[in-house]
Amino acid sequence: MRLRIAMTVNGSAEDREVEPRTLLVQYLRDAAGLTGTKVGCDTSSCGACTVLVEGESVKSCTMLAAQAEGRSVTTIEGLAVNGALHPVQQAFHEHHGLQCGFCTAGMVLAAASLLEENPAPTEQEVRLGLEGNLCRCTGYHNIVQAVLAAADTLAGAR
Amino acid sequence: MTPVLGTRQLRREDAALLTGEARFVDDLAVPGALHVKLLRSSVAHARISSIDTSAAAAMPGVVAVHTGADLRDEWANPLPCAWPVTDDMKNPEHWPIAIDEVGYVGDAVAVVVAESKQAARDALEAIVVEYDALPAVLDLETAAADKNLVHAELGTNESYTWSLIPDPAAVDAAFANAAHVVSERYLQQRLIPMAMEPRGVVVLPEPFGGNITVYSSTQIPHILKVMLGITLGVPEQTIRVIAPAVGGGFGSKLNVYSEEVLCVALARRLGRPVRWTEERSENAQATIHGRGQIQDIELAADATGKVAAVRVHLVADMGAYLQLVTPGIPLLGAFLYHGVYDVGAYSFTCKGVFTNRTPTDAYRGAGRPEATYAIERAMDALAAKIGVDPVEIRRRNYIKSDQFPYDSPAGLVFDSGNYDGALDEALRLASYDALRADQAARRARGDSVQLGIGLCTYVEMCGLAPSRVLASLNYSAGGWESASVRVLPTGKVQVVTGTAPHGQGHETSWSMIVADRLGVPAEDVDVLHSDTAISPHGLDTYGSRSLSVGGTAVYLACEKVVEKARVIVAHQLEAAEGDLEFVEGEFRVRGTPARAMSIQAVAFEAFTAHDLPDGMEPNLDGDITWDPPNFTFPFGVHIAVVEIDEETGRVELVRYVAVDDCGNQVNPLIVEGQVHGGVVQGVAQALWEEAVYDAAGNLLTSSLLDYLVPSAADVPSIELGHTVTPSPTNPMGVKGIGEAGTIAATPTVMNAVVDALSPYGITDIDMPATPQRVWEAITAAKAGPR
Repeated sequence: MRLRIAMTVNGSAEDREVEPRTLLVQYLRDAAGLTGTKVGCDTSSCGACTVLVEGESVKSCTMLAAQAEGRSVTTIEGLAVNGALHPVQQAFHEHHGLQCGFCTAGMVLAAASLLEENPAPTEQEVRLGLEGNLCRCTGYHNIVQAVLAAADTLAGAR
Repeated sequence: MTPVLGTRQLRREDAALLTGEARFVDDLAVPGALHVKLLRSSVAHARISSIDTSAAAAMPGVVAVHTGADLRDEWANPLPCAWPVTDDMKNPEHWPIAIDEVGYVGDAVAVVVAESKQAARDALEAIVVEYDALPAVLDLETAAADKNLVHAELGTNESYTWSLIPDPAAVDAAFANAAHVVSERYLQQRLIPMAMEPRGVVVLPEPFGGNITVYSSTQIPHILKVMLGITLGVPEQTIRVIAPAVGGGFGSKLNVYSEEVLCVALARRLGRPVRWTEERSENAQATIHGRGQIQDIELAADATGKVAAVRVHLVADMGAYLQLVTPGIPLLGAFLYHGVYDVGAYSFTCKGVFTNRTPTDAYRGAGRPEATYAIERAMDALAAKIGVDPVEIRRRNYIKSDQFPYDSPAGLVFDSGNYDGALDEALRLASYDALRADQAARRARGDSVQLGIGLCTYVEMCGLAPSRVLASLNYSAGGWESASVRVLPTGKVQVVTGTAPHGQGHETSWSMIVADRLGVPAEDVDVLHSDTAISPHGLDTYGSRSLSVGGTAVYLACEKVVEKARVIVAHQLEAAEGDLEFVEGEFRVRGTPARAMSIQAVAFEAFTAHDLPDGMEPNLDGDITWDPPNFTFPFGVHIAVVEIDEETGRVELVRYVAVDDCGNQVNPLIVEGQVHGGVVQGVAQALWEEAVYDAAGNLLTSSLLDYLVPSAADVPSIELGHTVTPSPTNPMGVKGIGEAGTIAATPTVMNAVVDALSPYGITDIDMPATPQRVWEAITAAKAGPR
């Protein structure tokens, strides 16, 4: 049995047939070819698959593709606008917030969502807000610095 | 000229990783690829009495199902162990799929190849394996007693005993004459590396001609190519290995794995591309583990606490088989159990023992974290014994800065160091005296939240490695690195390196080295790596070797380019070579600045070859393979501050100060990032991480729910300082920083934990120092006699 699912991904309408058991992360990676979203675990622990659904961060391994029917999904490929990095992406670059880069897509999207909810977080709020995203390279120090810097940039732009 | 080396350059690697463009193995689109899945043993030790694959083979979408027996003829050799540490080391045959017997939970027993991931996964469920259970050997000391055997054919669980005792009589004399003897036993729990990217393999057979391309999530594409050739009996030159974007390794991808060999064999058999991606639970069970040692360490000291001898006995857990460098890991620490101290006499013995658990191998620091942990914990124990501060005991025993180069009691030559200088800086940054005052005040008022202050001084041997030293250790390869620097006709520069970065930023750092040496803009430099067809010679990335060996090769290749260019310029400008100076990318005739040629112009002249000196080969290239004359010896001092609530036993890391000396720094931004990440990995061993097995040999921590990799919420920001003591071993004076944080952080934090608990009379606590363990220790100490 196949299921037809329509959703908006990075601003483009998608309409595909997939198996009903398909997870959103599998849909994005295997059907839509958006491999920037990563799979790092099988227990929804690592956050590498984090995407935005209607602007809010979601671990895309915890959601069936069918549950995204009719909704708007943003992946890391859709975050930069016209080639200009999102302030969170830019801050990760400037503060060396990534090393191997495998957790980065999820971390950046989780951070972007966090700053939507809390535009001026403290360091501790950033740390708690990113608790669901694991990084093995950076020790989080520069990630936290990057998110705090991005908050300042976004505040300046408002 | 604006200096390039030592400046904070943002990474050129970032853009592709930040936008999702970078391709990791599982991201590669390979039309028509078959999906490989492995059935893994659910028991720790058993004979395989039967495997029925018929139902699985009949399922829709399934192309092939194979057992170990089916594939036996594919292997020319077992999976490799490249480090037979002794001539009589016992090494059981280790096949990509178990043939008669399984050795650990996670050992491969059958493989399915199918048209889709789902079909392959579904088919695994239909394979029926009957096991005839054998006793599982799990505990290290029980294993060493040989009551039950992991490999009956070996007749023992001991793989080897390796000793380093340069002067046994001196050791005995030191202990006989000691005023104080410290004898401690420390346990190094098993750790799971947990790189965020699980492993993956894609194999593409060429449509004709028999060549194959292997994409693997590996730290060692070059070594893997050689080993695939040997294991499969395939001509090495027909294999191309590419490591695309690799999501962290920490040693766990410094190996030749069953799945890599298996996927090549299956692709060759089927004549189709195949792919395999590890699931996290497989990663926990079937990718190597780290640490796993029982450490007995003894110090012989005089009345003032001056240490005269160190004696160490290790029992090291090999796991069920020897992977690529399993038996050698303890040896990487064997030379460093006296740490940064001038101890005189030295004795080290290690017994490697098989157990029915996942094989161990290199994990960040590999042998050196274990060594540093033992000596730094023991020095604190000595300080407590003679009643001096941990700072003072270290001051009394340091190798002094005027003793370098220092002939170590283990037979190494430490290249350079200034341990007192690093300690001064760390104490200043931490405000050590104020911390001790705070601690005393809390104790005086009976505060239920204790403050603990922990200190560690480390030295590591890295920059692996002088090839002749590796020969003396029975290692089967060299330790050199290669580099090619080609100045192209348009003046752009192509660098080919034999290192294989997976997060370390070599493209950025190597381009900085070239920009510095050739005076060209860094953005004109392209760095190629991790593809054996492009970079044929290399020994890859591990052991904090890449900058000090591979970066030095890039530096020296640039020197060759400059020397060749100088000859061309002298010829064309009709000047003596000695009259030419090379400044800001330009050769100038001294005293006649108008007569000059840029390096780019020289490259074009070398390309056209219209007017080169007689006998000179065209093109402006520099190629070098550099074998380092010595290891490098980075060092540093770390200080941790913990709070322990005696009501809950919870340890909170409240401050962490790290002062590291990795010699001259090429890019401080990258150095700092390596320290941050390394420290948190080391803290994690102290406080959270442990591979836990049940009595039957099942791994209970095979997911990220159960294995506690720390999150941002678990750690504080890290306060960094540094000192600079250049290495005389290489021309840039660099040492290496990849493992330093991990080496230092575990003993630093555990010394802080024990310091916090010392008012209760507690002198040791096993890692990880979980709330339960700490609470139980406090409760027992309060109940029992002090």
